[in-house]
Amino acid sequence: MKSNSKLLSAPYTVWMTIFIVLPMLLVGYFAFTDKSGSFTLENILSVGQYSNVFLRSIWLGAVATVVSLGLGYPLAYIIAKMNARRQNVMVMLVMLPMWMNFLLRTYAWMTLLEDNGLINSALAAVGLPRVHMINTAGAVVLGMVYNYIPYMVLPLYSVLTKIDKSVIEAAQDLGANSREVFLKVVLPLSMPGVISGVTMVFVPAVSTFIISKMLGGGGNLLIGDLIDMQFLGSAYNPNLGSAVSLVLMVIILICMGIMNQFDDGEAVEGGGMLL
Amino acid sequence: MNGLRIFLNGRLTKPLIFRIVISLRLHLKKVMLSKEIAKEIQQLKNTIISLKDITVSYDGEQVLGGFNLEIHDGEFVTLLGPSGCGKTTALRTIAGFIRPDAGDVFFYDKNITNLPPHKREVNTIFQKYALFPHLNVYDNIAFGMRLKKCSEEQIKETVHRMLAMVDMSGYAHRGISQLSGGQQQRVAIARALANEPKVLLLDEPLGALDMKLRKDMQAELKKIQQQTGITFLFVTHDQEEALSMSDTVVVMDKGMIQQIGTPMDIYNEPKNAFVADFIGESNILDGIMQEDYSVKFAGHDFRCLDAGFGENTLVDVVIRPEDIKVVEPDSTLITGDVTAVTFKGVHYEIIVDVEGFKWMIQSTECCETGDHIGLSLTPNDIHVMAKSEYSGMFGDYSTFSDEMGEDRNASNEALAEEEGNADEI
Repeated sequence: MKSNSKLLSAPYTVWMTIFIVLPMLLVGYFAFTDKSGSFTLENILSVGQYSNVFLRSIWLGAVATVVSLGLGYPLAYIIAKMNARRQNVMVMLVMLPMWMNFLLRTYAWMTLLEDNGLINSALAAVGLPRVHMINTAGAVVLGMVYNYIPYMVLPLYSVLTKIDKSVIEAAQDLGANSREVFLKVVLPLSMPGVISGVTMVFVPAVSTFIISKMLGGGGNLLIGDLIDMQFLGSAYNPNLGSAVSLVLMVIILICMGIMNQFDDGEAVEGGGMLL
Repeated sequence: MNGLRIFLNGRLTKPLIFRIVISLRLHLKKVMLSKEIAKEIQQLKNTIISLKDITVSYDGEQVLGGFNLEIHDGEFVTLLGPSGCGKTTALRTIAGFIRPDAGDVFFYDKNITNLPPHKREVNTIFQKYALFPHLNVYDNIAFGMRLKKCSEEQIKETVHRMLAMVDMSGYAHRGISQLSGGQQQRVAIARALANEPKVLLLDEPLGALDMKLRKDMQAELKKIQQQTGITFLFVTHDQEEALSMSDTVVVMDKGMIQQIGTPMDIYNEPKNAFVADFIGESNILDGIMQEDYSVKFAGHDFRCLDAGFGENTLVDVVIRPEDIKVVEPDSTLITGDVTAVTFKGVHYEIIVDVEGFKWMIQSTECCETGDHIGLSLTPNDIHVMAKSEYSGMFGDYSTFSDEMGEDRNASNEALAEEEGNADEI
């Protein structure tokens, strides 16, 4: 039996090794070597000069995550309270944008937000002043929230539907009004969903490059753009790019470590954790 | 009625032993009656909860129709009935989780029909315990008191008193998932009682426990009820549980009350075939009440203790399997052939074919399949009931076998699950 299951997992192990472990090791190798391939710490040390880019990425990612949570939690809560058939329809609607190509969705926002875009044309048509929206930090956050909010709603929804109705009834029975039921029972029990939603929005938002490129213009450079530039752009330097990636990975791991502290380890089964 | 029976007893000549049995039973009845009267006087003062003409429907299907019930202060009342009979619905209406389509719920004199659950002075123990998984034992029990803004010292004192009462001292800081089913049940009881409810509602709380634990918890619940004096309203489909714990049993079926009474009343004087069949085992035969104290069934006339049915009236006759005595066939009126014998531990369960009707007898003496035996009855063993919609549905053991019994249990469980699901809506 044992050798059998080993045999079955072999393709997976090979796949993992070739496409996950090996590339990670390569990133590490590039980060600590120079162009000639000899060991150096220069790449890691020079990441420091991009600290403003790191801070901006983390800041915008955090804002997008908070906004997604603020919008996504009530939505997930409302969906979870509907009857089963309407729940399915609503979950479909939440996921529907994800079936559309990511680039296309972001392009659509460009045409909406441009100075001569749809929104400004509409404003002008009713005699209101035009608003500059494209190429701002706000536009980047909007793009992040729009693209990643399903990843917030779905784990929250799945945790909220799993909360035992009788536990809520027990709280009412013991004297809790609807606000107290939410604060003392529903919210604590949905924490695993909050954490997994936050993880699934924050991580891709911090490392995105296409959203900031298309909606943020040149003034809102994010880590993703920085890495992109080192590999494909004018400033070709895979060693520096690898170093930036490595530092980003460490920062995200630390953030997740802090996040998981809120989870007590007591949590009931909920949406699967990504990290 | 009693006077009549004494008169009758004196006039008729019977064997000495029979007379002793009768007078003993009369004496018991008198004692019970006087107790009942005392209780009734006390209860008249203290109706704590009353349901008046409650009607509840799910998806157009009526679960309770014009349901009336009064519960008296300090009593242990059990709602007993098969799955889907509406007993849980009645309980949830009192807790406030169900708004009846029509009718009113009163708490003392106050109409609480539209009061939300968190404002009612009743607490519930749920079928699946419903403990808060994110809180430990202490915080679970403290939940209600914290909402009432009690001081932490007071909470601490109460929590430890409650834990001691349910025999769980030392478990205060355990997580809920670390507890066994029985322990979770105890915490649920402590959590509900810490709130000092006027009425405790228990929704099949012992259903998930194994047999032995169940018996222990039954005794414990009864003890707690007597100690605290809190009114208990207990819902169960287990007739043995109902008989052993309650002051008053309410037997329900199809959203209607079939009979209300003390456990002894319900067992000894069932009102119809449903109650007779649901509470314990019964042989239920068609009979003709020829005149007061004389009934004809199984082709023979028998003397009985029942009267007031009129002359030549069709009735149902109940004979409990444990009341039937197995005797030599030539010394009695009813004879038959043994078709099955099952050993049940305390007694043997013997199925006897008497001219096509299969009787069940519980006897400590063994018979062999195929034996020709006689069945002996005394007037005391015969209980006469008026015909009802349930007549003819129960009472013959011709289709009875152990497998059937299991099937019945299995379908009951499936129904119970369905009922649970319906409750969630």
